[in-house]
Amino acid sequence: MTVELSLTRDPAHIRHGSNIGQPMTRTDGVLKVTGKARYAADNHPPGMVYAVIATSCIARGRVKSLDVAAAKRHPGVIDVMTPAHKPELAEDPDAKGNPFAFRMELLQSDEVRYANQAIAVVIAETLEAATEGAALLSPRYQVEIARVGLDAGEPYTPPVVGIGNPAEVRHGDIDAGIAAASKLTDSTYETPAQYHNAMEPHAIVAVWDGDRLFIDTPSQGMGFAQMRIAGLFGIPPANIHINSPFLGGGFGSKGLISGPQVLGIMAARLIGRPVKLVLRRSQMYGPVGHRPPTRQRIRIGTDDAGQLTAINHEARVTTSSFDDFYEPAADASHTLYASPAIRTAHEAVRVDTGTPLFMRAPGEATGSIVLESAIDEAAFACGIDPLEFRLKNYAEVEPTTGKPFSSKALRQCYAKAAERFGWAGRPLQPKQMRDENGFLVGWGMGTATFPAIMFQGNARAVIRADGKGVMETGAHDMGQGAWTALAQISADSLGLNFDQLTFRSGSSDLPDAGIAGGSGHTATVGAAIHNAGAAVIAKLAELATSDERSPLFGAGNAGVVARAGRLHRRDDDARSESYAEILARAGLAEVDATGSGAADATAQSQYAMHAHGAVFAEVKVDPELGQIRATRLVGAFAAGRIINPLLVESQLRGGMIWGLSFALHEEAVMDHRSGRILNANLAEYHVPVNADVPPMDVITVDEHDPHVNPLGIKGVGEIGITGSAGAVANAVFHATGIRVRNFPIKIEEIVMGLGS
Amino acid sequence: MMNFDYVRPASVADAIAVGSEKGASYLASGTNLLDLMKGGVSRPSRLVDLTRLPGLDRIEHLADGGLRIGALVRNADLAHDAGFARNYPAVAEALLSGASAQLRNAATVGGNLMQRTRCAYFYDAGSACNRRWPGAGCDALNGENRLHAVLGWSEGCIATHPSDFCVPLVALDAIVEIEGKSGRRELPLEALHRLPGETPERETALERGDLIVALRLPAEAQGFAKHARYIKVRERTSYAFAVVSAAASLRIEDGSIREARIALGGVAAKPWRAREAEQVLAGAAPDVAAYREAARAALAGAKPSGDNAFKIELAQRILVRALTLAAAGTPDRIPALPGSPFSSVAGA
Ligand SMILES: Cc1cc2nc3c(=O)[nH]c(=O)nc-3n(C[C@H](O)[C@H](O)[C@H](O)COP(=O)(O)OP(=O)(O)OC[C@H]3O[C@@H](n4cnc5c(N)ncnc54)[C@H](O)[C@@H]3O)c2cc1C
Ligand code: SF4
Repeated sequence: MTVELSLTRDPAHIRHGSNIGQPMTRTDGVLKVTGKARYAADNHPPGMVYAVIATSCIARGRVKSLDVAAAKRHPGVIDVMTPAHKPELAEDPDAKGNPFAFRMELLQSDEVRYANQAIAVVIAETLEAATEGAALLSPRYQVEIARVGLDAGEPYTPPVVGIGNPAEVRHGDIDAGIAAASKLTDSTYETPAQYHNAMEPHAIVAVWDGDRLFIDTPSQGMGFAQMRIAGLFGIPPANIHINSPFLGGGFGSKGLISGPQVLGIMAARLIGRPVKLVLRRSQMYGPVGHRPPTRQRIRIGTDDAGQLTAINHEARVTTSSFDDFYEPAADASHTLYASPAIRTAHEAVRVDTGTPLFMRAPGEATGSIVLESAIDEAAFACGIDPLEFRLKNYAEVEPTTGKPFSSKALRQCYAKAAERFGWAGRPLQPKQMRDENGFLVGWGMGTATFPAIMFQGNARAVIRADGKGVMETGAHDMGQGAWTALAQISADSLGLNFDQLTFRSGSSDLPDAGIAGGSGHTATVGAAIHNAGAAVIAKLAELATSDERSPLFGAGNAGVVARAGRLHRRDDDARSESYAEILARAGLAEVDATGSGAADATAQSQYAMHAHGAVFAEVKVDPELGQIRATRLVGAFAAGRIINPLLVESQLRGGMIWGLSFALHEEAVMDHRSGRILNANLAEYHVPVNADVPPMDVITVDEHDPHVNPLGIKGVGEIGITGSAGAVANAVFHATGIRVRNFPIKIEEIVMGLGS
Repeated sequence: MMNFDYVRPASVADAIAVGSEKGASYLASGTNLLDLMKGGVSRPSRLVDLTRLPGLDRIEHLADGGLRIGALVRNADLAHDAGFARNYPAVAEALLSGASAQLRNAATVGGNLMQRTRCAYFYDAGSACNRRWPGAGCDALNGENRLHAVLGWSEGCIATHPSDFCVPLVALDAIVEIEGKSGRRELPLEALHRLPGETPERETALERGDLIVALRLPAEAQGFAKHARYIKVRERTSYAFAVVSAAASLRIEDGSIREARIALGGVAAKPWRAREAEQVLAGAAPDVAAYREAARAALAGAKPSGDNAFKIELAQRILVRALTLAAAGTPDRIPALPGSPFSSVAGA
């Protein structure tokens, strides 16, 4: 089953033309705003029943008993899945087959590793009956003391951080750099735990047919999910059909299949009926990954001229008691500022939480707010304007590797954003500016950066006898607009008008498109599409140019261009032939070809590849009550080729709002004794509401990058958070003179800091 | 969710009859109660739906100049009633500073008065909480309590009452009309919510089956309309409960304060009427020195119940701000960001 979006649209929707570079509105926009886009939990196959997870309310210990009988007596309850009663798995859910296989709780034992962990699943005819059945289980526990927070245990050096990065990186002589400094700032910052709150919680509708499995579930990586499920259930990956046309947000939480989703599949297997399982909002706070809290000490040395002599960035992060994911927070200091000596190091503490995992800009976000705050501190210590300080220490080559950048238009970003913001004339000293109502006004800035990452992805292109085209790729639209951007690339790569193309995506039955993560999906799948399209066009060109009956005969492959469903001779545009004519003459129903996209290892070894940006923020602070409000945000970003400016600006804007959230609002509050999260709901887990989001300017700076990939795409999904969080925090300092080093910035710090 | 009976009584008398039975709970719009039921905190066996009861959704102007507001009047309807906003501007501002537009459209006056604390441990069925389970202990006491009470708390419970609406109301001597098994009675709003003391589980003065039918504002409450504000500090600009809030209403004549009405929100298990502060201001000149003294008086008995000493300082500053703004005059219309410090000109 594949979802196919017709790309023939009301011309009103094609506002400025079509294809790459055009600000097209989303092809799936009308479906979404009319409620016709079918998300995973909207599915209701015949005979479907409901599964509800019972979660642990302790963070560490064992489940001693569950009142399964009480749950089963409840009208409507069909069965209760427990460690003692569950389908056999072919693989231990705690096995580590590959670095992307994270341990999950599939009722393999009575052990509790964190609060909100699944301890049973109740299956019932109705959602209400299953929910009450779960409540009736009344678990009894053997409780052990929970390990909570950054000081819960002995810190140790993790084997790697992020995906395979070394825990410690040294460039130059850090001790000499520190010794050479005439000024040294030495600060310790803390960032909070943040939990995934995509609008759409993890959901699955699972249907077994013998040993074939059909699932509707949101996924940022269907290929990975197939492999994992195949391993767990002992069936071939090809037997698993994942349908994932739309995601209500992913942000990394849907990159790997999560325990609760697999529990839905197990429940369906156990009772032999289709099952739907949807996480409650509160159940998102545990089994689907999170951004761990960090404590970061950062020392920055500068000489008399304000030139960096050293950056020593150390981070302590938490990870779970049973698995290894280490937020690479300090790595943020590798690429941005030219310093003769840079050291980054990580240590970790095991706590009783779910395993932290990827959350939009993992490491980059937590590290950026600290680095940008510390750079602000260093600039202030030197008495230099923060922008001038950054320009003074501009990295012409990647500092830790010495590699040239494949492209880097950061200077233009600084200039454009600073001009739009009106940065010039900013007083160096804090607490100098007030608005007409007496509120303190502060201006801060931060540099944004994110690596240009690519994964491995495939696509298949077809030109049919009628001359129209099809592009197929199992890509993932998380709401970022992949249906649209990838279709734009498809149309161009096949030399078709947008309405001559059928774009198929969002299903595991299509060519594997890799993972939609690391801001690399458009680059990866875009390259695959580009290559698939080029291969089909090459076949058509070969058919035409080698056939004497064609007006293109003898032009040679390089001698034709594809446009609007026709091939034209490059040297004589009037000589052309349509795809339909070429296929008809050749007696072919269609031509097809596949293409793949992946990073170019040679280019990667020669160049440092990153997107960059500059963010400027204005905040106002009530001088007595301490309430803070961001009033302006301006960001300029250079991220290679922009496929669709509307979608890109939306990504950047969303990222910048998350940055604002990071600085001022977002935090999971955990009881320091029980390890339970106390604000696992959207009323008390604060993210900015509309009234918190200031007027924003998002500028994209042209950047031609011949090295990253054939299309020159760098990715924009995550960079917006970086730079922005620090810019807002620095603006608060500039408004108040108070340097808050615990995020989010809380009202008491400002109230008590401002004095009465 | 557990199975429960649902009844839709046709009259107040019927409602009280079924509402008095063990395990019954009144349901207004459910914006608080249904959340509690989903979380397993409230498990009523019978819901008595009040929303179809006739006659409780009216705003009536009384012969004595007072105002009677039916318990089922929606928060939004009341706040947007032009006459109401003109006569009781701080109450309207407080209402509009609460929750979100969607919630205010649903929430009722009775439900707002009777909403439960937002103490996270109260909501977390796995925590010890004396309100939920008398004698169980209070996990907030040594827990995450930066937003808990600084006035009137006991070792048994340090929770706050979350309502914004109640704060100016209690300052204006609002009266609650109650019907119960033994007939009709009235209570000053100030006596509706209880301080925890030894019995935190007894949150209000209502007995089983008691139904709030209306809220009354006395005629003289309108006398403060020219100088009335509600200011609320919160952790985002909208859609957050108060960290601390203050309602200030003044009658200023011949350059001096004749009468002041002051209450604080987010500081205690009830909307906190600050009579000591009112006394300081009676007859005083409307200036910052007087406001500061009043604020000190209001918080004289405060003490931190945890990591919340800042709330004592903050409450005083908000009170000074609310008084400053009230003295400057009620704005012509309710500000676009109701209750927000950013909707107003900052002091000095
Ligand atoms: C996300 C969120 C944010 C919020 N933010 C704020 C805020 O910032 N400020 C604020 O003030 N409030 C806030 N609220 C609370 C909101 O004001 C209350 O939920 C609402 O007023 C309750 O009204 P209701 O009609 O829905 O009551 P219900 O939920 O139906 O009832 C609440 C309680 O009152 C009892 N009850 C209802 N009517 C009567 C009656 N007539 N007589 C006796 N008992 C009765 C019920 O039995 C129940 O115990 C927020 C709520 C939510 C969910
Ligand atoms: S403060 Fe009150 S409501 Fe909160 S846990 Fe303690 S007793 Fe319960």
